[in-house]
Amino acid sequence: MPLIEIKNLHASVDGKEILKGIDLTIDAGEVHAIMGPNGSGKSTLSYVLAGRDGYEVTDGSVTFAGVDLLALEPEERAAAGLFLAFQYPVEIPGVSNTTFLKEALNAIRKTRGEPALDAMQFLKLIRAKAKDLSMTDEMIKRAVNVGFSGGEKKRNEALQMAVLQPKLAILDETDSGLDIDALRIVAEGVNALRSPERAMLVITHYQRLLDYIVPDVVHVLAHGRIQRTGGKELALELEAKGYAEFGADEAA
Amino acid sequence: MTTTTASPLPFAPFQQAALPGADLPWLADLRRAGRDRFAALGLPTPRNEAWKFTTLRPLEKLSFAPVPADAPAVPVDAIPAVAADSHRLVFVDGRFRPDLSRRQGLPAGVTLLSLGEALSTVPAQVEAMLGRTAAVDGHALLALNAAYLADGVLLHVAKGVTVDRPIELVFLAAGGSADAPLAWHPRLLLALEDNAEATLVEQHLGRDGAVYLSNVAAEVVAGPGARLHHYKLQEEGRDAFHLATLTTRLGRDATYDSFVLNLGARLARHEARSLLDGTGITCRVSGAYAIAGSQHSDITTLIDHAHPHCTSREVVKGVIGGQGRAVFQGKIIVRPDAQKTDGYQLNRALLLSDTAEIDSKPELEIYADDVKCSHGATAGELDDDQLFYLRARGLPLEQARALLVAAFLDEAVDEVVSEPVREHFRSRIHAVLERR
Repeated sequence: MPLIEIKNLHASVDGKEILKGIDLTIDAGEVHAIMGPNGSGKSTLSYVLAGRDGYEVTDGSVTFAGVDLLALEPEERAAAGLFLAFQYPVEIPGVSNTTFLKEALNAIRKTRGEPALDAMQFLKLIRAKAKDLSMTDEMIKRAVNVGFSGGEKKRNEALQMAVLQPKLAILDETDSGLDIDALRIVAEGVNALRSPERAMLVITHYQRLLDYIVPDVVHVLAHGRIQRTGGKELALELEAKGYAEFGADEAA
Repeated sequence: MTTTTASPLPFAPFQQAALPGADLPWLADLRRAGRDRFAALGLPTPRNEAWKFTTLRPLEKLSFAPVPADAPAVPVDAIPAVAADSHRLVFVDGRFRPDLSRRQGLPAGVTLLSLGEALSTVPAQVEAMLGRTAAVDGHALLALNAAYLADGVLLHVAKGVTVDRPIELVFLAAGGSADAPLAWHPRLLLALEDNAEATLVEQHLGRDGAVYLSNVAAEVVAGPGARLHHYKLQEEGRDAFHLATLTTRLGRDATYDSFVLNLGARLARHEARSLLDGTGITCRVSGAYAIAGSQHSDITTLIDHAHPHCTSREVVKGVIGGQGRAVFQGKIIVRPDAQKTDGYQLNRALLLSDTAEIDSKPELEIYADDVKCSHGATAGELDDDQLFYLRARGLPLEQARALLVAAFLDEAVDEVVSEPVREHFRSRIHAVLERR
């Protein structure tokens, strides 16, 4: 059974159709990449899957781990094992990273009927995961993403992923705003999570990230549809030729 | 002298003879003048510009009874302490309770007395301090406070003396019902001489269902170089009225660091007027509130820059739910001589329902030309991006909202310089939010 099955997905924002019939199936253990020019609908797809308000699904279906994903609230999707690493992680003044992640993890554990972690257990867990991502104690105590550099914010997304252990991680333009060192740290964090039970959907404009997170399948998204699907060599081809053949203005 | 006077308004007739210091002619005059002035003024109405957004009409429907003579039993451990080793004066229904208070180990040069004690032991000092900053003029609530003046606090810290441990003033409401509401009018006289330092924490506490009015008048004088940290928690019962008028006069190079937290009361008004009466003063007048149901919170401030090279900072943030209504009126005057003034004012309100309301009125009157003054006021709902981010990580909507509300208030309390007080205020905020 596929982990996620997207069929003929149509979605609109402010009455304008952005996704025009997406078909995509990902099995557990696979890493898929979606590449495409700006405005092709990449971020819209990630928000629709995560359940953001303002994104109206007008047709099609999404089945995730056997359930109708589109019928779930965002928090229920997270509890079901879906994780979106944001392109622009949100700053939350006044809420420490530790408090935030502890509440999130325990909320998810509760829906699964698992006991909550106490403060000590949680601290031990987050410290170990933070260390893998070269994050200091000070960073995990700070308010969520407040005063973080672009690279730190993306590392923080990777930390959340590592703590929450999702079934499907969607990485929305995780490479944007990262220098090469930060990119490598984040990619290592993501790669450490690769497993036969887990799938990833890596959304990116550039091939660069895929040097570090090597996909099994690459899709090209343009004009709200998947235009082409291939292996990892497709990413290299796009890097060389650009998105011109898909009718996109590369300068966009 | 036994005079029983007909009450001009819904307050019990007062009996001079029964009040502390009844034998002091100057005090009798002051009370009588207060009573006459209040009779002439009446309670403020919305026709008064300063009371445009806060109506005291519900008070007029009540008839306040005198506080019963027998003191209610209050267990000492029912009184929350900000610090275990603090000095503490406790008042129950407006009356000083030595059995609940503690003052061991006050440094030499510090006088900390209830007003009743002070009137019998150091009446001249009371006379010198009373009315020093709080001129009644057209201020009806000060007149009312003077008329019924019975108890309160006298704190005097001599030159150069530092009081290390916090001084707590706890006002606890035990009585008062819808049938027999009570009223008390504490007067706080607080003076720090040159280069003295103290931390003062007021707590005004009561239970829901108790109907009473606490009409506080506080007079603060900080001499040259003095440093006063003055914090106040207002957590009156949800059926209570809390009206406080705070007048502060600061001398050269003094630091006044104040913060008010409004959590309780049916109607609360905290009016703080600070006169920066010298150069080099730092004045912080900040606050926060969290109200719901039909609660009303009014924070009204005046910061009067009368001399050059002073800094003032005012950050007031609050959360309004239900049909709650909040008022912020912040006036800053920079007088012609007050060059190089640095003034900052920020007011932020978070509205949690369609029926919540904020009236925000920043007012800057600047007569000097070489000053830096900025102000900002915002009112809005919870941030959708933040809510979605939290939900996308698994937090249910209500939990995400609660986390953001608590975070907003936690941040507002950052303005409190003292760490134990900050922590105490945060724990009270969290307790109140959890109950709602």
